[in-house]
Amino acid sequence: MTSAPPATPPTVRTARPAALAVGLLALLAAGVASVAVGARAVPVGEMWGAVADFDPLNGDHLVVRDIRLPRTVLGIAVGAALAVGGALIQTLSRNPLAEPGILGVTHGAGFALTVGAALGLAGSAVSQLGLGVAGSVLATALVYAVGRHSTLRLLLAGVAFSAVLMGVSLGIRLTSPDTLDKYRFWAVGSLAGREQADLTVPLVAIGVAFVGALVIARSLNAVALGETVAHTLGANVARVRTVTLVLITVLAGAATAVAGPILFVGLIVPHLLRRLTSGSVPWLVGLSAVVGPILMLVADTIARVLLHTGEVPVAIVTAFLGGPMLIWVVRRYGAGSL
Amino acid sequence: MTTRLSARDVTLGYGDRVVSTRLTLDVPDGAFTAVVGPNGCGKSTLLRAFVRLLTPDEGAVTLDSRSVSDLPAKGLARELAFLPQDPLAPEGITVRQLVARGRYPHQSLLALWTPDDERAVAEAMVTAEVEDFADRQVAELSGGQRQRVWVAMVLAQDTPYLLLDEPTSFLDITHQYRLLALLSRLRNEGRTVIAVLHDINQACRFADHLVAMKDGRVAAEGAAADVVDAALIKDVFDLPSVIVADPVSGTPMVVPE
Amino acid sequence: MTGAQKTRETPVAEQTSTVRVPVGGRAWFVQRRIIGLVVGCVVAMLGLGFVGLSYGTSWATPGEVFGALTGLEPSVVIAEWRAPRVVAGILFGAALGVAGAIFQNLTRNPMGSPDIIGLDAGAYTGALLVMTVFAGASVTVAFGAVAGGLVTAALVYSLSRSNGLSGMRLVVIGIAVNAMVTALNNWLVLRAELEVAMAAVGWNSGSLNGIDWEDLVVPFTVIAVLLTVIGLRASALQQSALGDSIAVSTGVPLERQRLLMVLVGVGCTATVTAVAGPVMFVALAAPQIGRRLAKAPGVPLLPAALTGAVLLQFADLVAQMLLAPVSLPVGVVTTAIGGGYLIWLLAQEVRRR
Repeated sequence: MTSAPPATPPTVRTARPAALAVGLLALLAAGVASVAVGARAVPVGEMWGAVADFDPLNGDHLVVRDIRLPRTVLGIAVGAALAVGGALIQTLSRNPLAEPGILGVTHGAGFALTVGAALGLAGSAVSQLGLGVAGSVLATALVYAVGRHSTLRLLLAGVAFSAVLMGVSLGIRLTSPDTLDKYRFWAVGSLAGREQADLTVPLVAIGVAFVGALVIARSLNAVALGETVAHTLGANVARVRTVTLVLITVLAGAATAVAGPILFVGLIVPHLLRRLTSGSVPWLVGLSAVVGPILMLVADTIARVLLHTGEVPVAIVTAFLGGPMLIWVVRRYGAGSL
Repeated sequence: MTTRLSARDVTLGYGDRVVSTRLTLDVPDGAFTAVVGPNGCGKSTLLRAFVRLLTPDEGAVTLDSRSVSDLPAKGLARELAFLPQDPLAPEGITVRQLVARGRYPHQSLLALWTPDDERAVAEAMVTAEVEDFADRQVAELSGGQRQRVWVAMVLAQDTPYLLLDEPTSFLDITHQYRLLALLSRLRNEGRTVIAVLHDINQACRFADHLVAMKDGRVAAEGAAADVVDAALIKDVFDLPSVIVADPVSGTPMVVPE
Repeated sequence: MTGAQKTRETPVAEQTSTVRVPVGGRAWFVQRRIIGLVVGCVVAMLGLGFVGLSYGTSWATPGEVFGALTGLEPSVVIAEWRAPRVVAGILFGAALGVAGAIFQNLTRNPMGSPDIIGLDAGAYTGALLVMTVFAGASVTVAFGAVAGGLVTAALVYSLSRSNGLSGMRLVVIGIAVNAMVTALNNWLVLRAELEVAMAAVGWNSGSLNGIDWEDLVVPFTVIAVLLTVIGLRASALQQSALGDSIAVSTGVPLERQRLLMVLVGVGCTATVTAVAGPVMFVALAAPQIGRRLAKAPGVPLLPAALTGAVLLQFADLVAQMLLAPVSLPVGVVTTAIGGGYLIWLLAQEVRRR
């Protein structure tokens, strides 16, 4: 209820770099664990050997280079993309319910996949990737067309359009068991096996969009204060909004295309960090890009070893890791102002 | 001086953060009381305690010697009206609809309108000078017009007490003075006005009773001419100043050094 | 000030957009658009109801329908099979619309809906557990669903309470619990046999198939009581839209009001879910469509109820007809129609600018 303090308290100013340092260390640890842990445990020494002195006959080296390392990189990219996308959409819309897939990305991809599967086109990983990207882009373009005039309308348009796509694809799935069978495995996001596809394009897209997010974050700082204030501060609100929306779509679209829907990461990470960053969007974006991957890698590592029967999809683990954290933060510090 | 509304030894705070400790204040009836003080000194918190938005950790806010927390919600709302800093206008509401919301504490479950209700809304709109745009949407109005609409809503509540938290912020200087003159006029008609004001010179000019707060306690209270001097301004606002007589009203005027 | 003089003479609130209904010396002000909406929705309900009574594997003639309704020409199909389904569409639609409006007011967020406190996801978990682990029959599924929904809602509510209940905290904690429960559901579906998964996904889309009068007695009573209770508190709900400070200072007992709102919202949703499964999107779309049609301030209850009733009734008809003789789950259609209509309304708003 009380208005936010106008100046950044000094404790926060030192806390943010400290948090970034701690976060980077934690990310390093999570990365090492992600490479080491799995059905075949790899000693840390062999890990280094696999990179510096690769021996194609060493089983550990092969596992590291062909599976674990790519999967870890993928986890970092997906986690960062989702968390940064979430930070951007929540800041832009000032709505804590907003997640990066809200603009139609998730259900667009799901719809395309359903239609593709019903038509028998979704056989290979590559075709699934293509369908996902095409669906996301089309759905998001339509949501923009209806909602581009205001952020609130954009959210509603996103929700409404997602609902239409969800309804239609659900109808298709319910009449075709085959399609449902394909879809239900895609619908729970996972990193397992996704590292085998060619990931150059999604990774480059995420990297470029992340740099864009850091650049636009300063302008978003102004927009977060309300559109009127932003105008007086000299920000071009319309352009900032358009660029931000494109960035969100690229981030969420690329992540969803490679890993399926794991959007909870994008929802929760900004919430966890909002109090720490106390209103600074650049810090929120930067820290999200560190904490998102940590959550993702830890969840993915746990997902590999949780059950003897096989891997648990990572989206399930992220929810059960992140959910209690979010509840704890909200109970301890309040829901935070947006 | 009679007093119906008092804060008795109240300790106020939000969770672990204590704002005021054992604060006591009597609000003189039929007077214009202005509360001044630096940002974060507990002015708004005190006002919120009066209207029961905040329950004191210790002590009590009393009306006619009864604790306000024992009064029925609508009963208290027929005595005290409050204009906060952060009211929300629902999307699409018109001025008239918003002012009419002030009649809520006077209505029964079915929200049937009595002639009294209709009269109170009409009078409030005239008094606050908003009837010219009565059927426009609140969202379309300028900041000054919008603030007057909220004042009209509070007036329609038709209470002996009016509590306002920084009602002049967002207003241009003309509208600031018009609003303060309106509050004085309401005081003359017999209402008790308590307002948190930012501008100490305006407070000195319009208020009968000045309450200066610092760090959650009352630093001084009384008629402006009796309490405002350079030492008080230095103590409360940490601002060296010279006090001169306001050339128009003769009340104290603070001129920073 | 001549303008002011003129307006002062006209009685307040007697302008074009409002109608004054005198009630024994007092008056009740109703917006013209609301009256229009009520009339329009009632006509739509009657029309759709008539189609609903006529439609089936064989179309009934209007004469047969009237005969069945008046009892002159008894027809089990019309009176016992189709009529309860029509009534259920109206009743459940209204209940879901009101539940959505309540949560959108409670959270002051147009995306607020009963699902945010985990009701639907929890109900799905309950149903899934009964289906997969206990291989239960439909009665046990309904029971499991209600139990799951209420347990989840109670969990979210109790986690959100500390120093009173804040709408924002409820939302964020609801998101967290909802995400966990949804993850659990996805996993249960993933692990299930394809047949069970089909049944579960079908149940989760909601359906009015096979509802008879007996199924409606308890829901009708519960929903009628809940809607009456919230109807009597509707003005307090509208008052809360002015912000917590004004709500309290004008005499709304905010804590009690919020508890009541949660109870009614959860009660309505749980009742519908028990009988029809989670019917998606009505709770989210109906209040937003209704407030745009009524041009009313805030998110009012009556337009939400009316819109919800028409939306669900219409969706159920489409669900029956679209792939006849296969009857689709109505949730599939509510999402498609409700979403499409909401998009159209949004696009209209843009064009009018």
